[in-house]
This record gives sequence, C-alpha cells and structure tokens, in this order.
Amino acid sequence: MVHGELWTVKELFVLPNEYIYWSIQIVMYPFMTGLVAGAFVLSSLYHVFGIKQLKNMARFSLVFSFALLPVAMMPLMLHLQQPQRGIEVLMTPHFTSAIAAFGIVFSTYGIIVASELWFVYRKHFVETALSLRRKADKNPLDQVKHLFFSALTLGAYDVSEGALHQDEKAVKILAGIGIPVACFLHGYAGFIFGSVKANALWMTPLMPVIFIMSAVVSGIALCMLTYIVVMEIKKFNVRRAQSSASNLPTSEAIKGIELNEIRITARYLLFFLLFAISLELLDLIFRGYTAVKTWDILRSVIYGKDFTDIFILQYGVGNLLPLILFLWPRLTIRRALVGVIFVLFGVFMMRWNVVIGGQSFSLTFAGYMHYHLPIIPRNWETFKEGLAGALMVAATPFILFWIFSKIFPVFSQDAEELP
Amino acid sequence: MISRRDFLKNAIKGIAGLSIPLSVIEIASPRKIFALNDVKAGVRWAFLIDTHKCVGCGLCVKACKTENEIPYDANVTRTWVERYVHLKDGRDFADTPKGGRDGFTTSKIDLGEGHYQNIDEKDIDKAFFVPKLCNQCENPPCVQVCPVGATFQTPEGVVLVDRSWCIGCGYCIMACPYGARFFHPVLHVAEKCTFCYHRVNRGLKPACVDACPFGARMIANIKDPGDPVTKIIMTERVNVLKSEYGTKPQAYYIGLDEEVR
Repeated sequence: MVHGELWTVKELFVLPNEYIYWSIQIVMYPFMTGLVAGAFVLSSLYHVFGIKQLKNMARFSLVFSFALLPVAMMPLMLHLQQPQRGIEVLMTPHFTSAIAAFGIVFSTYGIIVASELWFVYRKHFVETALSLRRKADKNPLDQVKHLFFSALTLGAYDVSEGALHQDEKAVKILAGIGIPVACFLHGYAGFIFGSVKANALWMTPLMPVIFIMSAVVSGIALCMLTYIVVMEIKKFNVRRAQSSASNLPTSEAIKGIELNEIRITARYLLFFLLFAISLELLDLIFRGYTAVKTWDILRSVIYGKDFTDIFILQYGVGNLLPLILFLWPRLTIRRALVGVIFVLFGVFMMRWNVVIGGQSFSLTFAGYMHYHLPIIPRNWETFKEGLAGALMVAATPFILFWIFSKIFPVFSQDAEELP
Repeated sequence: MISRRDFLKNAIKGIAGLSIPLSVIEIASPRKIFALNDVKAGVRWAFLIDTHKCVGCGLCVKACKTENEIPYDANVTRTWVERYVHLKDGRDFADTPKGGRDGFTTSKIDLGEGHYQNIDEKDIDKAFFVPKLCNQCENPPCVQVCPVGATFQTPEGVVLVDRSWCIGCGYCIMACPYGARFFHPVLHVAEKCTFCYHRVNRGLKPACVDACPFGARMIANIKDPGDPVTKIIMTERVNVLKSEYGTKPQAYYIGLDEEVR
C-alpha cells in the first residue's frame, strides 16, 4: 500500500502520485509547538513586562512550556517514514530547507527555558537539598532525593539577598531573549508551510505571523484550562481536609485568587485572539479580492468542501463563541472554562484547515482529495498517523507536567517567594 | 632534553609548514577536480514530448515501472499519461486512471470514487494525451527543501534521491508543483523519475523513450547543439509546464494546450 492511500479519497482529476501525505501528526506538530511558544510568552508577560497579577500563572506556564517542549518533536518522529534517521536533521542539516533550522531553534529555545527554570527554582533546590542534608535518619528515597536536588543546585548554594537578586535579573534577561526565540520557533513552523510555492493555500508571507498569533492564543488558553483544573482539584482537597486543619486557606479564598487570575489572563487571551482573527480574515479577503488563477479552486474548497470545518467549527465555535463568552460582563470560572476549551478547539481546527485543507485540492486545480482520519488502529501506520497517535501526543505533556510539578513546586505556598 | 622555548618554536614552525600544503589542497576542491576531469562536462539532460504523437497506449508507464522497480500495481508512478477532453458545450474533462498504465481503451472519463462520465464522440471538440514525468528543473524546489540534503542535482542536471539518507518527511513531495514525487511503497523513501540516469549515463535511452512506439518521447543533451532533439527544442515552438513557479523545468512540450497544468 502506498503511504497516504489508506486515508485519501480522490475526486475528479487528481494526479496519480498525489495523496494526503501530511496527515494528523503534521496537524499536531504546529498545534503542540504553538502551545509551547504561547505558554512561554504568557510567562514572559510577568517576567519581562512585570505584569504582577500574572505571577502565579507565569511560574505555572513556564513549567508547562518546559513539559510541552519534548512533545513538539514527537509528532515529527511519528510522521517520518524513516524515524531512525530523524536525528540527521540535527546532525547534517541542509540549510536551504526551512526544516533544517529546527535543530538550532529548538535546542536554543530548550536551553533558554531550562536555564530560566533553574534560576526561578534555584532557591527551592537549595532549600530542599539543605533540609534533606540536615535530616538525621534518611530512608533510601530521601537519599535519592537529596542526591537529585544537590545535583540540581549545580553547586550554587548561595541564597543570600544579593544572589537571589542576581537570579531575578537573569530570569528577566532570559525571558526577554526567550520571547523572540519562542516566536521564531513557531514562526518558522509557519514558514515551513508559507514557503511551499507549489501549494496555493499555504503560500503567503502572512503564514508565520498568523501562526505566532494563534500560537500565543492557544498557549494562553491551555494554561488557563490547566490552571482552572488544578485549582478545582485544590478546592476539592481543601473542602475535604477542612474539618481536620483550620490553618489551610478556605475554598472561597482559593476561588477568589483563581477568578482574579483568570479574569486578567482572559484579557490577554482576548487581545491575541482578536489579532489572530484579523490576520486570518485579512488573508482570506486578500485572496478573494486579488482572485489570481488559483482562487477558483481555493474558493470551491473554502466556501464549499471545507465550509463546515472553516466557518462553522474554526471561526464559529473556535472564535466567535469564545469572544462572546469572554466579552460578556462578569466572567465566571465555568464560563471561562467553556471558553478556553472552544479556543483550543478553534486553534486546532485552524491547524487542521491549513494542513489538511492545503492538501484537499489537486495540483491540477481540477480535482479534490478527501481525508479520512484512521480511528481504529489496525496496524502501526494507522496507529501513529491516526486518532490514537494524535491522542498520545496530546496526553504526553500532561504526564510530563505531572512529573515536573514534583520537582518544581508550581502552586504550593512556599513557592510564593520565588521570583 | 628539549627546552620549553625550543619546543614551542618548533611546534609553531611545524604547524606553519603543515598549513601550506593544507591550503593548497583546500583550493583544489574535489568539485573542481571532478569538473576538470569529467568527460561529460558538457552534458545537461532535457526531455522533449511531442503531444501530437501520443496515443495514450501506456507502454511508457509499463516500461518505466518494470525498469525502475516500482511495484506494478501500486497506485504511484514515475511517469504517467493524462487524457484531456474538451466538449463542444465548453466542459472540460481530464483523467489518468492508474497513471494511464493500461492505456485509454474506453471513452469513459474516470471521475474518481468509482464514478465515470460517458462521452459521446460527436460532442468532442478536441481531445489529446499528455505524457508527464519529472521536469528535472534547473531550480528544483524539492532539492531546496530537503532538510538533510538527501536529494540533489547531478552535474548533468538530473535530480536524484539518496535512498540511504532520505528521512521520509515528505517535504519534497509537497514542494514539487508537478506531483512528480511520491513515497516508494516498499522502500519508504522519496521516489521520483531520474530520466533513467543509470541508462542515459551508459549511452542508452530512458526506458519510456525506448518503449514509445510513436516517438512522442525524446531525450536531449541540451548542451550539445548537434543533438537532433536539441535542434528541435531550439528551432520549434516549445513550451514548459507551470513556468510561473520559477523552477525552470527541462521537460519541453510540443503542442501544449492551455488546459494542461
């Protein structure tokens, strides 16, 4: 079986070698890198621009961005026909290719996020390591933890006022460098598509900018979603423990913090969402207005074959509905939760409509291809390039975040003093 | 016993002495030596297709699949034949079932998804066949986008794929405006027409050229003004496919209709 034949249905005049070669994993790739970049930009709003209200959210989204980072590579590996040679993109990059920049941009970004995290949590590492050192009867687990946290300090045990101030400065600089790098990481994902001159739908210089804006939107939305879920769990735990301990914050107090944080973050979400929609509409209007040779087939795809995917699901459910939900006065947690889920869905549909939509018409401009996502994994190929593979990619960052949150305290009380 | 001063002095002298022949080697790059010694330095392969002569028999597709070991029944092919039909009422139809491998033996047009369009001969204004293959572009976008450099242009202008290096990302397939590339169904790496590089380098003609009973397909060394096919390209009115992409395709067509894309 030819790769792509399994999920491609051809209609009218399509060339014999044309299939939907870039499938669900290539939809997941810009979606996941978008979340990475967006989460980082959100954290930088606090660190660089000093937006104090976002302090809690900033620390949380930085850790989340770190958890998302390894996942950005996963869909690519699952998509490659020769995954064992995937490393060659880093080892023998061919620099006229947009993909070749991946190794450099990705590792630069990874280093920045990792070192920023280290500066933010250095005090915590030192304190944990020292308290474990002082502990008299260490069990084996404590010994491992002691070794691990001692290693994490990298031998820098100075937590004096001056040293911590230096840390803060470093965080600020790293976050400042990180913003353009994060934008580059995702902008170049947009460039990969935007520079394909053979594809009438992809080729536009606006593509990288559109990708960056929707990336920030999705990153903020995911951070808000996870924040709400974590805070709800916390409230639930507090309510259960209320009877035994009286010094814990009440669930009402947590709710107050949560609502405040969500309302402020929602404002930034709205700002970026409006920007992203404007750019996408500009692109659409411009194509229709200039109406070059390819517009006939594009119009039939945009207003015909993919109408539901683009106008109902992406613009309707993904953009218009959340706009109404967030702009309606007196935002509640529940409404915000529904809103961010719609926003995430909308960004996913945007990636879908770019990647799959771009391959839904033939190079002959006289035929169409329809994509049928493999739901039930019957073999390795339908697993990795089907629903199961996509869900695996989507679930991994949450598992990683859970592991990382054991190392980096994201919400605990003593985290309040960290920069 | 050698002193530290002498050791350093001699080391510097040694390095300086070594660096002179090294720089000589660097100037004479392997590429230049290759170009100087290459007997085929004046070779640039191009293709000429006379669409008037093509009858859509599909022998070229059969020959190509056999010669280049593309699984016979796999729905991908290095070369294919398209059929175009223009009706008196202004409607256009085109198809290429199985890449035209089995010849166009019926007047029904394949609409995909198991649907066919019956065409009455009396309704036809014009109908013709167009063979297609890789254009071996002078400015190949597939080579530009390969992230590992697994696809490259030979000195004779032919674009090849290193099967031991291709990672199978499919970016080259996306970048080709002609749909010439696909994944090899067995080897799972990018695959394309090579003008039968292994044959033309030995003085043979590509398999499809040899197989064509009507002389619709021709190969030319466009750098040789004495080449009879080059003469046709230079003196007749020829056209190329999708020149608007700036790829400078090197498959020339005689009798190319506006409808062909």
